[in-house]
Amino acid sequence: MKRLMKGNNALAEAAILAGCRFFAGYPITPQTEILEYLAKNLPERGGHFIQTESELAGVNMVLGAAATGYRAMTSSAGPGFSLKQEGISYMCSMELPAVIVDVMRYGIGLGSIMLGQGDYFQAVKGGGHGGYKVPVYAPASVQENVDFTIRAFDTAEAYRTPVLILSDGAIGQMAESVELPEGREHDPDQYDWTLKGRDAAHPTGRKMTDRIYYDFKFHEYDPHIRERYAKMEKELQMWEEVETEDAKIILVSYGISSRVCREAVKTARKKGWKVGMIRPITLWPFPKKAFAKTNSHAEAYLTVEMNACGQMVEDVALYGRGVPIYSYPSGRSIADPEAILQKIESIMNGEEKEVF
Amino acid sequence: MAAVKKAPSTIYGYNSFCPGCGHGIVIRLIAEVVEEMGLAEDAIGVLAVGCSCLTNRYLALDLLQAAHGRAAASAGAIKRCRPDKLVFTYQGDGDAASIGIAETLYSAQRNENFTQIIVNNGVYGMTGGQMSPTSLVGQKTTTSVKGRDPEIMGMPLKISELISHFDVSYLARGSVHDAAHIRKTKTYIRKAFETQMNQGGYTCVEIISPCPTNWHLTPLQAVDRIEKEVLEYYPVGEIKGGAR
Repeated sequence: MKRLMKGNNALAEAAILAGCRFFAGYPITPQTEILEYLAKNLPERGGHFIQTESELAGVNMVLGAAATGYRAMTSSAGPGFSLKQEGISYMCSMELPAVIVDVMRYGIGLGSIMLGQGDYFQAVKGGGHGGYKVPVYAPASVQENVDFTIRAFDTAEAYRTPVLILSDGAIGQMAESVELPEGREHDPDQYDWTLKGRDAAHPTGRKMTDRIYYDFKFHEYDPHIRERYAKMEKELQMWEEVETEDAKIILVSYGISSRVCREAVKTARKKGWKVGMIRPITLWPFPKKAFAKTNSHAEAYLTVEMNACGQMVEDVALYGRGVPIYSYPSGRSIADPEAILQKIESIMNGEEKEVF
Repeated sequence: MAAVKKAPSTIYGYNSFCPGCGHGIVIRLIAEVVEEMGLAEDAIGVLAVGCSCLTNRYLALDLLQAAHGRAAASAGAIKRCRPDKLVFTYQGDGDAASIGIAETLYSAQRNENFTQIIVNNGVYGMTGGQMSPTSLVGQKTTTSVKGRDPEIMGMPLKISELISHFDVSYLARGSVHDAAHIRKTKTYIRKAFETQMNQGGYTCVEIISPCPTNWHLTPLQAVDRIEKEVLEYYPVGEIKGGAR
């Protein structure tokens, strides 16, 4: 049965359905409904909800809960997400599964509390220290908030890694009809590595720490890390193709901006223009397999995203090798479909300046 | 036949603390209490960053190495998820009272059900002896080269007194500079652990400990300094929950 739900609420409900029984977080717009929904619903359904004194405490509580085998989540936005990075780096090093949500807003520093796509760099490029990588899912609808949250928990455990959901203020605040799956129970005792007191297999206790210290010889650690991320990069890429087979101009866009691009593709096709779209669903690993298919026939990639200078466009330039790259950072407003069509026209007329 | 005092089996291998350091004594007290309570298979420790890290290689318990200052947050979460285990942190004064002061005070404020062990030696030991929140007035460190000047650096911070503002279950300050204080400190740790496992609620033992290396004293001079100077500013005793 379909229900009408706000994006943030749907994401929070999906976490409970995925078996998440631990949430620790801090209020920040436009993420706060996740916190509020779980404050009410998680304790009623056997889980722990803690409003922490800071995002630092929140993410480090999630780290502790994850170490016991619980499915655990925290969420934030922009400036608050910056504070989560410390814990994310530690969880990457300890190889702990958890889900961290960033309901993006716009701007540098305090920025604006309104919708935006300001956090591509800090989510996708290992915003914390040490050069880690984390799978990042970018939902573009309330239904995808549900689907990708559940998928994020499964990915986190399958690869023993924190996983990010990069939502945005628009997806978080809008209401759409969603289909919710059956709920699942998660057994925190199913894994041998979780903290539960020493046993015969661990006579000196389990050591939950940066794995570099205890689990690898000096020369074994780097290959382990490389292999770990190479496996994720190979296996986790997700994307959607919209009319790309014969497209000469391909829009590249994710999240809320991709919804406008989808409309722009329709309108362009009606005009007889060969326009398509690649919508990255995982931002890391970036869906380079999609670009490998289109690089041979594409004559331009136009990246559309909601920030001041363009961020994802750098990855498009990296993987769209040999194809001219154009950028439409729509700034503080959602991209205007008319403006996208004008950009496309000006690219076709050779009037638009390449950015890479 | 003379009584033989064996080291607890929960301690394995050798520690790498400096000569005269108090950490080894505190770890041993924790190990003894854990074993006496029959909880060696049911204990989870959370280690701070600093010299506390070194504990990881010789305490035979499940251990989580937390981020700097965040041990209390992670420990609170672990206890919520594993309520029947004994959960404690092992932190220094820099970790618990400076970078982690919010996590410490809010664990107390929420009455999180774990035990915080704070080893207070008045310096950042691992990084080579910088001023910590608990360095005494006049104490020379690499970042207070002329001695701690309260006009510029403020007064030494009393973390236990700050914690005492909250309705916590047990709170005490001990010291490990001589045998009598070591024995007393062990009873504090035991009471804290028992309180956690029986009534529940936040429990904390702050422990004054020598750091001869970074105090630039011999081990005996360091003991003397604790007796004559440190305990004057940081008096030992039970602060909350002692009278039962």
